[in-house]
Amino acid sequence: MIGAGDTLLRLDGVYTDIGRYRILHGVDLAVRRGRVTMLLGRNGAGKTTTLRTIMGLWRARRGDIVFDGQAITAMQTPRIARLGIAYVPENMGIFGRLTVRENLFLATAPRGFAQQDLDRVLESFPALKLKWDCAAGSLSGGQKQMLAIGRAIVEQRRLLLVDEPTKGLSPAMVDQLAAALLQLKSEQTSILLVEQNFQVAEAVGDDVAVIDEGRIIHTGDMAMLAADEALQHRLLGLSMATAL
Amino acid sequence: MARAFDKTTDRAGSWLSWLVSDDPPGRVTLNALMLAILAALALAPFLFPGTKALGVSSRICIFVILVASYDLMLGYTGIVSFAHTMFFGIGAYGVAIMLAKGWVGWGAVILGAAAGAAVSLAVATAIGILSLRLRTIFFSMITLALASFAQIVAEQWRDLTGGEDGLTFSVPAILRPSFRLLPHPVMGVIINGPVITYYMTFIAALALFLIMLRIVNSPLGLVLRAIRDNEFRVEAMGYQVVAYRTLICVLSAVMASLAGALMALALRYNGPDVTLSFSLMVDILLMVVIGGMGSLYGAVVGSIVVVLAQYYLQNMLGGISDALAGMPLLSALFHPDRWLLWLGILFVLIVTFLPQGIVGRLRRRR
Amino acid sequence: MSENWRDRLQRCAPYALAPLVILAALPAIGPGPWATLTLAGLTMGVMLFLVASGLTLIFGLMDVLNFAHAAFVTVGAYVAVSVLRPLAGWTAAQSLTLNLIALLVALIAAAAASGALGFVFERLIIRQVYGAPLRQILITIGGLTVIEQLVIVIWGPQAIPLPRPASLRGSVFFGSSSIETYRLVALCVGLSVAVAMQLFLTRTRLGLVVRAGVENREMIQALGYNIRRVFVGVFMAGTALAGMGGMMWGQYQAVVGSQIGDSMTILVFIILIIGGLGSVSGCFIGAILVGLTSNYVDFLAPKLALGSNVLLMALILLWQPRGLLPISEQ
Repeated sequence: MIGAGDTLLRLDGVYTDIGRYRILHGVDLAVRRGRVTMLLGRNGAGKTTTLRTIMGLWRARRGDIVFDGQAITAMQTPRIARLGIAYVPENMGIFGRLTVRENLFLATAPRGFAQQDLDRVLESFPALKLKWDCAAGSLSGGQKQMLAIGRAIVEQRRLLLVDEPTKGLSPAMVDQLAAALLQLKSEQTSILLVEQNFQVAEAVGDDVAVIDEGRIIHTGDMAMLAADEALQHRLLGLSMATAL
Repeated sequence: MARAFDKTTDRAGSWLSWLVSDDPPGRVTLNALMLAILAALALAPFLFPGTKALGVSSRICIFVILVASYDLMLGYTGIVSFAHTMFFGIGAYGVAIMLAKGWVGWGAVILGAAAGAAVSLAVATAIGILSLRLRTIFFSMITLALASFAQIVAEQWRDLTGGEDGLTFSVPAILRPSFRLLPHPVMGVIINGPVITYYMTFIAALALFLIMLRIVNSPLGLVLRAIRDNEFRVEAMGYQVVAYRTLICVLSAVMASLAGALMALALRYNGPDVTLSFSLMVDILLMVVIGGMGSLYGAVVGSIVVVLAQYYLQNMLGGISDALAGMPLLSALFHPDRWLLWLGILFVLIVTFLPQGIVGRLRRRR
Repeated sequence: MSENWRDRLQRCAPYALAPLVILAALPAIGPGPWATLTLAGLTMGVMLFLVASGLTLIFGLMDVLNFAHAAFVTVGAYVAVSVLRPLAGWTAAQSLTLNLIALLVALIAAAAASGALGFVFERLIIRQVYGAPLRQILITIGGLTVIEQLVIVIWGPQAIPLPRPASLRGSVFFGSSSIETYRLVALCVGLSVAVAMQLFLTRTRLGLVVRAGVENREMIQALGYNIRRVFVGVFMAGTALAGMGGMMWGQYQAVVGSQIGDSMTILVFIILIIGGLGSVSGCFIGAILVGLTSNYVDFLAPKLALGSNVLLMALILLWQPRGLLPISEQ
């Protein structure tokens, strides 16, 4: 069972509206320290909305979001980021006209680059070294994704919010990404990961929450869900094990 | 007996409702205001004798149409265009060129107005289709460039438009100052050409206004308002947003064009400064905002406020300025030529504190 | 994913436009007037760039289209007039040094005044209308009207002459073409400012934040930067640049009238459209093209001169509907 002290991030009854539409209908979610929590669900279920709400990009109409004991529900995005939460959006959010170096530089506040920062990133994503001074927009999809994650980890973060990182990547890239995520987990970085690729979810995830139509319909152990195909079917529609 | 009276008023009431397309001003104060304005304008030559007053009333009527047609785009559909003066100018030049170069007669007037409307229709269609691919601000900037281009063309093409000096021309006989409809004055006023011109303008403006009321209260009007509020949803529901936007651009442009034709006839002159200048566009914006966006009655109120301010604010300012003659900076602040400063301040205050304009505010107290 | 030659050509084409136009004009105009006109075009382009770059940065970063930008141009020009009046001794002197110092003082004063006014404007007016394009357009037009009228209240309705400093009045001769000395100075000043801006944007962290913010405001905030605080700074910088442009333009034309800002507005908008909203490099190319076009066409076909820039804009939009170097959508 989830102990109170273990929880790094908690959402309590979070409602989010976009314009006139209610997307989240009372989301209850907990991310445990040092674990990878998977957020699964169909398209349009509210996964991205949840991440954006945590990050303050969309305001929660009701409910509480508590990060390491601190209420961040009404906090401005920059402050939330400075608390140690990094966000890797679905469209990667890299700055196409800035170089790879500049993209990473922006993520290192204010003291700038230190050698160990660079080493961490280049160790996980050596391909970025070749493109160091190229405009980020000229990178391939996989390389952009690596840059996006690299930017999120160039400094030690406490929580990563990652939205569908393997989307559109080749299998080799997917493996590289999964390895990077596992590496992060070993460094005690907590991750809330939205993923459609069930195999990655299985390989990387510790805990799982399934969201449907703006509500959490299942929480528990990832390994358990992975073993139970009938449950998968019920929660996620067709079995996602076939997705690549 | 009483029942017969009721029946008459009922029928009159329902006929009246039909006339205003079931969209009366609403509040009692507003109804009263509108009726008062209508009466004042209908009897203007008698209530406010003199050429200047007649000119002001005429200008008000024309601006009501110009501003209301602009509100069709801005308030009802959410399109910001700076090319409205261009259509105003096209209509005015249509009549002006026809009367200056062609023959003088009602045929020429109608042909000129129709030609102006046709050109406006074509240009507006192009602009409407253009609006598909462009964001609001980008689109606005391009309309600004277009309007400026139109002004440049009018100023440069001397042979056609008379260049910067414009075109002076004769109007059909009954509109001329020398014409007398009745030998003796009616209620102290001689019914001459200008008076007849005024009534032509007034009746035409009233008709166009009622037509616009009909438009905004038709199914088309509902779609337009939906587009303004949430374009994506409307698109998702299967409506061709581009087609509707183009349609309203065209309607708006044609109305402005006709208003321009009326303007040319009223002034017996047209030039780039009269119909194509950016300051005119600013005036239109002033009127729409002060009166209230999204309401045609707002156009009426706004036009009156601003036109009256333009003409009579200057006198008031002059008085204040003279009184402050001892303090040069303050005196300059209230100089009659600085009426635009005060109107501008009013404009900013209204956009900030009263974004629904006067009519919007009056309507709101439910 | 490597680029094929076609993609590369497409990418480099915008940068080649200005040089191509300059080269194409040579046979059409003849070497003598060509040098004069080209320099005049480049100078005008650089001055327009100063004004336009501020506007495009403001729009790119804050999504605010400041229709009142012309007012800051006007204020800059008039402040320069006031500042140069007590310095008349320096501008009348034949010393190049004194002249340049006087101009520099006026330039800084113009920038400071417009920047300060920009600060007030942002706080009072712009702040209320972030994210509301319609109200932005309306309220900034209102602000434009009010500021321009206030300028008339303070400085009077008559146009004020602003004669060029004594040592900058003549022309320099290169073979058969003459180039006005002031134009050279203006060109140098303009280019220096442009280079300084480029250095700031590319070499400083703040500049980097601005460039990133222009591309994706949400993401820069998600990286921990409070972009709202940067807004005021950028707005002030934009208006200060406009003031500088106004001062130089007024000096260039040797007269300052209340319409000085408005006369530039339409060209500035055309430049923004050509360059792509939010792109400083696009703005530079656009400004140079507009400056060159105005001068070349004025020589070749005076009647078309005024409308030529609109036609240029139309042509470029047909090729690139979002401008030459558009910023990708967020």
